[in-house]
Amino acid sequence: MKFLFDSDTWQEIYGSIRKNKLRTFITILGVWWGIFLLVALLGAARGMENGFNKLFGNFATNSVFVWTQSTDTPFKGFQKGRRLRLKLSDIEILKQEFSSEIKLLAPRNQTNNLIIKDFKSGNFNVSGDYPVLDKIQKKNLLYGRFINENDILSEAKVCVIAEDIYKQLFDKNVNPIGEYIKINSINYKVVGVYQPSNGISFDGDAAYIPFTTFQKVYNRANKIDWMMITANDGVDIKQMEQDILLTLKNLHKVHPEDSRAFGSVNLGVEIGKVTGFLTGMQFLTWFVGIATLIAGVFAIGNILLITVKERTKEIGIRRAIGATPKEIRQQVILESVFLTTIAGMLGIFFGAVVLYVIDTLFGQGEDAALVNPTVNIPIILIAFTILIVLGTLIGMIPAYMATIIKPIEALREE
Amino acid sequence: MIEIKNLHKSYPIGKDSLHVLKGIDLHIREGEFVSIMGSSGSGKSTLLNIVGLLDEHDEGDYYLNGQLIKNLNEKKAAILRNKFLGFVFQSFNLISYKTALENVALPLYYKGVSRRERLKTAMEYLDKVGLKDWANHLPSELSGGQKQRVAIARALVTKPKVVLADEPTGALDSTTTDSVMDLLKDINDEGMTVFVITHEEEVAAQTKRVVRLKDGVIISDELTKKATQSA
Repeated sequence: MKFLFDSDTWQEIYGSIRKNKLRTFITILGVWWGIFLLVALLGAARGMENGFNKLFGNFATNSVFVWTQSTDTPFKGFQKGRRLRLKLSDIEILKQEFSSEIKLLAPRNQTNNLIIKDFKSGNFNVSGDYPVLDKIQKKNLLYGRFINENDILSEAKVCVIAEDIYKQLFDKNVNPIGEYIKINSINYKVVGVYQPSNGISFDGDAAYIPFTTFQKVYNRANKIDWMMITANDGVDIKQMEQDILLTLKNLHKVHPEDSRAFGSVNLGVEIGKVTGFLTGMQFLTWFVGIATLIAGVFAIGNILLITVKERTKEIGIRRAIGATPKEIRQQVILESVFLTTIAGMLGIFFGAVVLYVIDTLFGQGEDAALVNPTVNIPIILIAFTILIVLGTLIGMIPAYMATIIKPIEALREE
Repeated sequence: MIEIKNLHKSYPIGKDSLHVLKGIDLHIREGEFVSIMGSSGSGKSTLLNIVGLLDEHDEGDYYLNGQLIKNLNEKKAAILRNKFLGFVFQSFNLISYKTALENVALPLYYKGVSRRERLKTAMEYLDKVGLKDWANHLPSELSGGQKQRVAIARALVTKPKVVLADEPTGALDSTTTDSVMDLLKDINDEGMTVFVITHEEEVAAQTKRVVRLKDGVIISDELTKKATQSA
């Protein structure tokens, strides 16, 4: 072990590395590329994962959405192809039957209307909602507030508009709160402006008005388009989704096996699919990175082997003047370990730089594709250790080759 | 110093074997200046390689400094080479990326001498061969004669018992040949045993004892005029 801390050992290695700059460069490049790819890919994969998480971030991830379609099986005297409609009474029944499972339930009605403010106008989604929507899909309010219980009870003509609607209909720097806009020729007072999330949205740039107001204005009575449901913690959402659908089928006299009557999306399951994809990608990243790393280490071994052949004479001289095979072996192995270490550190460094650049270019702002691309330090350390171990193992091959050549053969006239 | 009895060596060539040394008996005492003469293929290089522990003999006995050389492993051979032998080669065999000083200091590195001590000793020996001013030059910046003198300094730096020179002047012109031979003579005058292999009569004539080799056997072994003069 003493030779490791001997400045002479390093002097020797420095000498032989400096002698062949191109060789050293190519050698380092192999491993550098491997570890660089590993770090950059893992970081990018992580960034993508974070990006996806952010996409779902504004949604409660245990949400189920249910809407109606038409039946595909005749049942109880009804022909198939019957159009169904959710009713407010369904909501009350669901709330009672699944009181322990359902955390929040938001019945929703939506339409599309011309919205006018003075001389400006535009077509936008209009959505009738309860205050509970803000809990299922968090609204990032820039001005004012969201719809509240009072609005619902009093069927107030108030609205909460998207930032884009505000920008299109209002002059710059005008406080929209308290202003009136016309939706379908009816005046509504603006009580809030929100910034739509970058993630999944079913509403687009919508104007939200109280649910009760919507029902009256658009003549919907007790009919609803669809509903959003979130489950309590620890509830099997998949099971809850099935149970709710079955209850609805029963209420609407639909065959229990009817697969088309009610449509539903389970966000938890969808997220699971994406997470699975991300796991797959991370596996691929590891695979590619490690394969490249191994290729790089083999490149080092290969180049060292060529070097040993090239340096046969030098090794012969060293042995003629008294170097033992052990000393020659140590030098070659140490050279290999030293090069892999340096290359590995450079690779980690450049990988970090690239991740930093990615973060600056694509990781900032609201619609960032890659969010906070990072690699865990333990993962880096493991990769680094593997690299050094491989470097040592692969260094042993040329080291062995260097010592089986008899000095007499190495010195033989060229 | 070197005692060889009935030494045989053959090299396998395909299925046959080439019998190179066919029973050599040679005794070299401490302080002798011996040259081995012979045309190419006479076995003189093989003899030097065996004496220099770079190769193994098949048959016979070889004593170096009273020690029987037999079944040496590479490690032991390396240590013995470092301790007892200094090599001077026809093609100099300096390490191209090391300066003259570092080349001379290298054997001391393998002997485990500290860096400061090493460079100091190496500088003394470079001074001795008249190349103190060239210490920091690379071999490629030196002339043939200078390179060979660096090689001689390297051979001497470990204070070996024997200096083995394989055609030390083979790659040099006549002027530099003379200066290198003078240097070897000086070394011998200081008491070092010098063992030169050559095919040049003029070179052999400057040593004190000439052993002629032909087809693997010694055909003559006589003292030169020089020896009788100095005696």
